Amino acid sequence: MTTLHNGEPGAVTTTASRPRPRRTHPLLAFLAKRLAITAGLLLGVTVVTFGLVNVVPGDPVTANLSDQALNDPATVAAFREKWGLDQPLWAQYLHYLGNLLHGDLGTSQQTGRAVLDDLVRYVPATMELAIPTMVLALLIGTGIGMLAAVRNGRVTDHLVRIGALLGLSTPPFWLSLVVLYVFFYQLGLAPSGGRLSTGFSPPPTVTGMYTVDAALAGQWAVAWDAAQHLVLPVLVLTSLTVALLVRFVRSAMLEVLQQDYIRAAYAKGLPTRVVLRRHLLRAGLVPVVTVSGLAFASLLSGTVLVESIFGWPGLGQYAYRSATALDLPAILGVSLFVALVYTLVNLTVDLLYGLIDPRIRLS
Amino acid sequence: MAPLLDVDSLAVTLPGPRGPLPILHDVSLTVEEGELVGIAGESGCGKSLTAQTLLGLLPEGAQVTGSARFAGTDLLGLDNRGWQRVRGAGIAMVFQDPSAALHPMLTIGRQLTEHMRVHLRLDRRAATRRAVELLDQVRIPDPERALRAYPHQFSGGMRQRAAIAIALAARPRLLIADEPTTALDVTVQAGILALFDRLRAETGLAVAFITHDLGVLSALTTRGYVFYAGRVVETGPTGALLTAPTHPYTAALLGARPHGTQAVGTLRPIPGGPPAPGQAPPGCPFQPRCGYAEPSCASAPPPLSPVGVDRSVACVVRPQLEVATR
Repeated sequence: MTTLHNGEPGAVTTTASRPRPRRTHPLLAFLAKRLAITAGLLLGVTVVTFGLVNVVPGDPVTANLSDQALNDPATVAAFREKWGLDQPLWAQYLHYLGNLLHGDLGTSQQTGRAVLDDLVRYVPATMELAIPTMVLALLIGTGIGMLAAVRNGRVTDHLVRIGALLGLSTPPFWLSLVVLYVFFYQLGLAPSGGRLSTGFSPPPTVTGMYTVDAALAGQWAVAWDAAQHLVLPVLVLTSLTVALLVRFVRSAMLEVLQQDYIRAAYAKGLPTRVVLRRHLLRAGLVPVVTVSGLAFASLLSGTVLVESIFGWPGLGQYAYRSATALDLPAILGVSLFVALVYTLVNLTVDLLYGLIDPRIRLS
Repeated sequence: MAPLLDVDSLAVTLPGPRGPLPILHDVSLTVEEGELVGIAGESGCGKSLTAQTLLGLLPEGAQVTGSARFAGTDLLGLDNRGWQRVRGAGIAMVFQDPSAALHPMLTIGRQLTEHMRVHLRLDRRAATRRAVELLDQVRIPDPERALRAYPHQFSGGMRQRAAIAIALAARPRLLIADEPTTALDVTVQAGILALFDRLRAETGLAVAFITHDLGVLSALTTRGYVFYAGRVVETGPTGALLTAPTHPYTAALLGARPHGTQAVGTLRPIPGGPPAPGQAPPGCPFQPRCGYAEPSCASAPPPLSPVGVDRSVACVVRPQLEVATR
């Protein structure tokens, strides 16, 4: 130990940026791979959904035709022929796939419209609930979860944990009825349901979300009315999502708080708020992003109970009606959409990881 | 002149699952301006907790008595604001494992400049300029590029160099280095040690160097403290400590240390293990493992008393023996 020298063998070679080879950009290669996986996944979804719908006991004919019509063999035969139900299963499937490749999702037996048109009609309504819900839930959930972690074991922490548990064990329909009773019936502060009050007509369609479209068209009165209709369902969905997020945020932040680099940040003399905002939040966000992605995908797939109670014509209600009517094209359409949403959200989550944590940035 | 850091009769008790656990007992130590002081002892002997106490980073519920004065400031009386002023700019810290102590998701540049800007009130450009100088000072090649790099893109030795630069950034007067070479390869250790020596010579920085490696003490420090079970058992000039240890524990530590071409069979491990916090015997904490122990050792912990020039030892038996055999 008496001969001290400055040289550190092997230490100098590792420096900031790697040489960039002139091949395909790694991000593009990654995206291409994910796209291929998604296509395979969607194909799988069609097979499974097709199989399941045909396995369940129940007949689209009895689900769709009235008793009177069912007694008439000619009507039944015509229905079967019209929807291709008289053909063998494999032929039905190939026919469906062929149409799908041309972007044709078939026609809904329930609405009589193209399934794609139905989706274009119902998905934006669900998005109009899901997007503000997610933004609010992320802000509130992250804030409260961080607070609980920093105050670990103290009164605030216990209150937050009890609140989250209550929120998670509250049935959504019950909460919906309570907020309706309080804010609509008792206080009269919010409309009872639907997307617009009577007397207003929907704004010209751009995104399908009334608040956005009305604002784009400069119809401020319509935008304001649509926003008011959002308040209660978003309130219910947000409180449920916050309850889910808080627990994850809290445990993620608690783990980061144990890390040496948080102690090191304090040891540098940084003000507490800087340590929390810059050092803690950043590192604790990675697991939170995963859960938030799943929560968002689930919101985008429609929330049957909340949509039903607030008379919200969204994807959840459409999926529910299609399922009860064994409306195969509609069920398939919804399934494909939901699968697509989940893969896209997962892809976004993976890209966000790289944005947050340079160690998992694509190499 | 008063020493830069003057710790007197410091005792720290941490909350445990079954009641309070006394960790540090009656620790007194000083660090002079520009001095490199070593703090040695086995793991769990309270070295790192001493460092945490001096930075106000003790876990919640810790009880501290005694006094700790740094450059005229009473550290133990500081509020949150006061600690923020001392940390980084007065006392800075280098942690054991640079991989854990550097934030994995912030660039080296960010971690190097953020507290500089708070403490020294520098704007972005001035802070960046100083950051480049610091990286150059700790011998990190290509400083401009290193500023934009993340810790995982560095090797272990480079990470610790960056961590040292971060600790120096806000011009502290005392650097506490908590086993800064333990997590590094042996080949890299020497470079880091040389860096500490050079920094002290160049900047007049005082360094409290915590280590379990007595070899590091002899190579680097002028004065040393030997910790055992939360107490200072011996202190004095490093050379004297290592060539003629007075406390049986120091002597045993030296005997258990491999050096040179010594055969393994000649190493003498110390029988038993250090007592767990709260379970130290009523007398001298080393007495159960000590070959010199007498019945009186089990009654009360011996105080640190002076022996010879600049040396103190907390043992009532061995110093007398040495006098007798001389």
